[in-house]
Amino acid sequence: MNGSGTSIDFRAIDKILEKYDYKKSYLIAMLQSVQEIYKYLPEEAMTYIGEKVEDLSPATVYGVATFYAQFSLEPKGKYEIKVCDGTACHVRGSMPVLNAIRNKLNITEGKLTSENGLFSLETVSCLGACGLAPVVVINDKVYPQMTSDAVSIVIDTLLKEEGGN
Amino acid sequence: MTEDKKTLFIEGKEVEFTDEPNLLEVIRKAGMNVPTFCYRPDLTSFGACRMCVVEVEYPNGRKMINSSCTMPPEAGIKVSLNTEKTRRIRKTVLELLLANHDRKCLTCERSGDCELQQYAEEYGIKEIRYADKDDYLPVDNSSPSIVRDPNKCILCGACVRACDEFQHGVLGFANRGSRTLVQPMNGKPLADVECINCGQCVAVCPTGALTIKSDIEEVWSRVTNPEIKTVVHMAPSVRVALGEMFGLEAGTNSIGKINAALRKIGFDMVFDTNFGADLTIMEEATEFVGRVTKGENLPLFTSCCPAWIKYIETAHPEMLNHLSSCKSPMSMQSPVLVQLAPQMLGVDREHLTVVAIMPCTAKKFECKREELSQNGKQDTDFVLTTKELGKMIKSAGIDFANLEPEEADTPFGEYTGAGTIFGASGGVAEAAVRTAYQMVTGDELADIDILAIRGTSERCKEIELDLKGTKVTVRVVSTIKEAEKSLQEIKAGTAKFQMLEVMACPGGCINGGGQPRSCDNSKIKAQRAEGLYKEDRELPQRKSHFNPSVKKLYDEFLEKPNSHKAHELLHTVYTNRRKNCYISAGEE
Repeated sequence: MNGSGTSIDFRAIDKILEKYDYKKSYLIAMLQSVQEIYKYLPEEAMTYIGEKVEDLSPATVYGVATFYAQFSLEPKGKYEIKVCDGTACHVRGSMPVLNAIRNKLNITEGKLTSENGLFSLETVSCLGACGLAPVVVINDKVYPQMTSDAVSIVIDTLLKEEGGN
Repeated sequence: MTEDKKTLFIEGKEVEFTDEPNLLEVIRKAGMNVPTFCYRPDLTSFGACRMCVVEVEYPNGRKMINSSCTMPPEAGIKVSLNTEKTRRIRKTVLELLLANHDRKCLTCERSGDCELQQYAEEYGIKEIRYADKDDYLPVDNSSPSIVRDPNKCILCGACVRACDEFQHGVLGFANRGSRTLVQPMNGKPLADVECINCGQCVAVCPTGALTIKSDIEEVWSRVTNPEIKTVVHMAPSVRVALGEMFGLEAGTNSIGKINAALRKIGFDMVFDTNFGADLTIMEEATEFVGRVTKGENLPLFTSCCPAWIKYIETAHPEMLNHLSSCKSPMSMQSPVLVQLAPQMLGVDREHLTVVAIMPCTAKKFECKREELSQNGKQDTDFVLTTKELGKMIKSAGIDFANLEPEEADTPFGEYTGAGTIFGASGGVAEAAVRTAYQMVTGDELADIDILAIRGTSERCKEIELDLKGTKVTVRVVSTIKEAEKSLQEIKAGTAKFQMLEVMACPGGCINGGGQPRSCDNSKIKAQRAEGLYKEDRELPQRKSHFNPSVKKLYDEFLEKPNSHKAHELLHTVYTNRRKNCYISAGEE
């Protein structure tokens, strides 16, 4: 969608469509499967589904994809950071944690992904782990009771694993 | 109908109902009305705008407010249309819509023809309590046919439904809540998506969010320039619809008045596209008979509808060989004029402008096709829609309703009944059969009213004909949605028909995207079609091969149908417009 150079393997998408019998009632499941492969929904993939599934159009697929917050239309980083900003996390200091990550990775407000493409950052409404507030989740691993210092250390560890700064 | 007659009460009056799909239809049948933006009888009910709310009292005394376009009629209910509550709700809806609406009414293409403007006035909205919005979105001017201004959209979804339910759906809702927009896939310009330019979205839009791309000023600059000679020709459907803009009833044939108005505007010669339609039949019937004899490239697809052509080129290029190679009547008439009008008017091609008046927005795309140009100049310089012509007539201060009828110029204004029925779904096929019968059998078809393929509400009609031993089946469809079903039959090898007539607009060109607004009344289509069939019955000649001017043109210029010269001028080629990303793994 933004010239990121992702090449689409339509055979893989055909497999997904076959799995769901080309039925339009499975559209959300289809999009979830596509997002599992690419970590986001490439425009070509949405167009392809809109063309191949009866009674769907690319515009309708795009409409569904933009309706739900679970779908991303932009490529995501290798590490997907989710900062919980539900009520409990918010009052226990999720904003300082979020700002610390932004500063550390140089991701300005309104942006999704760090410049090196390694990290993407978003806030979510509630992860259902209010007892551990404030919570940060990185690629499905939960980091409880975060502070700006603690989250800095977590990111430093990840950067080290990536080999260097 | 065998259903029991049931009754309900509207404003205290007892009203019968049977199978009406919703309460709003019952209200209208009873001669009353409520305002609505999103309800269109030919589309599914959506219940988006909440303008049609009514107060309903059930027999048990319970009262509630409901949108009449989505509520099924129930026996015994008492319906009030204009209570303090319903009026207040409608006013609030209007105010909230206006809060998010580009308020530049004065310079809006739809000013004076806008439902939002009309209801705001009727409901006495003198002040909008909310501030004007500050985030204006860019206007999409990319399409040759349609302009999309998202700042004037009220999200009623009529265009999305029309595009989805009539055609193949290039418009959709995007995002959610206050960020919701109606747009093509990923906000792309209309010119970059598979839009076939049919203009049905424009026809159902209640505001100025979707409008016809206007060529009025360009045409005025030519007709007012003394150095330039202008010739004009007009499609069949225009004559039975234009009058509606001047208070005449739908279906009234105002061809004579239109001829007079065009001359008053300043066109030097006035012709009729029906002549081109007769020419199309000569070529297409010959082509059809040839294909049936040889048994190749059947079924033959008609090629008059530019929206249909673009659809085949985009979605099914592998079936391009089925399309008749005949140009549309407009694109046959124009090159003939380009060849012969300069001598008649004493000018060279550079100083001749050819204008076509069409019921169709897709013709604005057709006229720009390279293959319909000669020496880099379009055969049809400009296409104006019926609505645009109406605006020109108004701005010229012409009292249309009281004009004395005039005849078109000869020879390219002469036509038969076969040419005039081209405007209604089934008309092209009927006209072709009238001539093909003669070509195959040598005899004249006696009963030329082929009623089985007439009608504006059925989307698929079929008839089997016996051409003295040669049996052919002709299928007639309107809307791309319906045409696609026939294409799938052909692919599956189950198609039993030899000719497929397709018109992209429901009911045919009489209901085209460039016609005066008719989306809130399903009857108008039928009235316009009847206007054409009436003219057909009254004309002295009703078969294209009896058009004396067409005969003369062949004798003196084109030799015979499908001759080399005819092919050069009257036939065309098509382009594969399919984009690579749609080709699936298996098709590579």
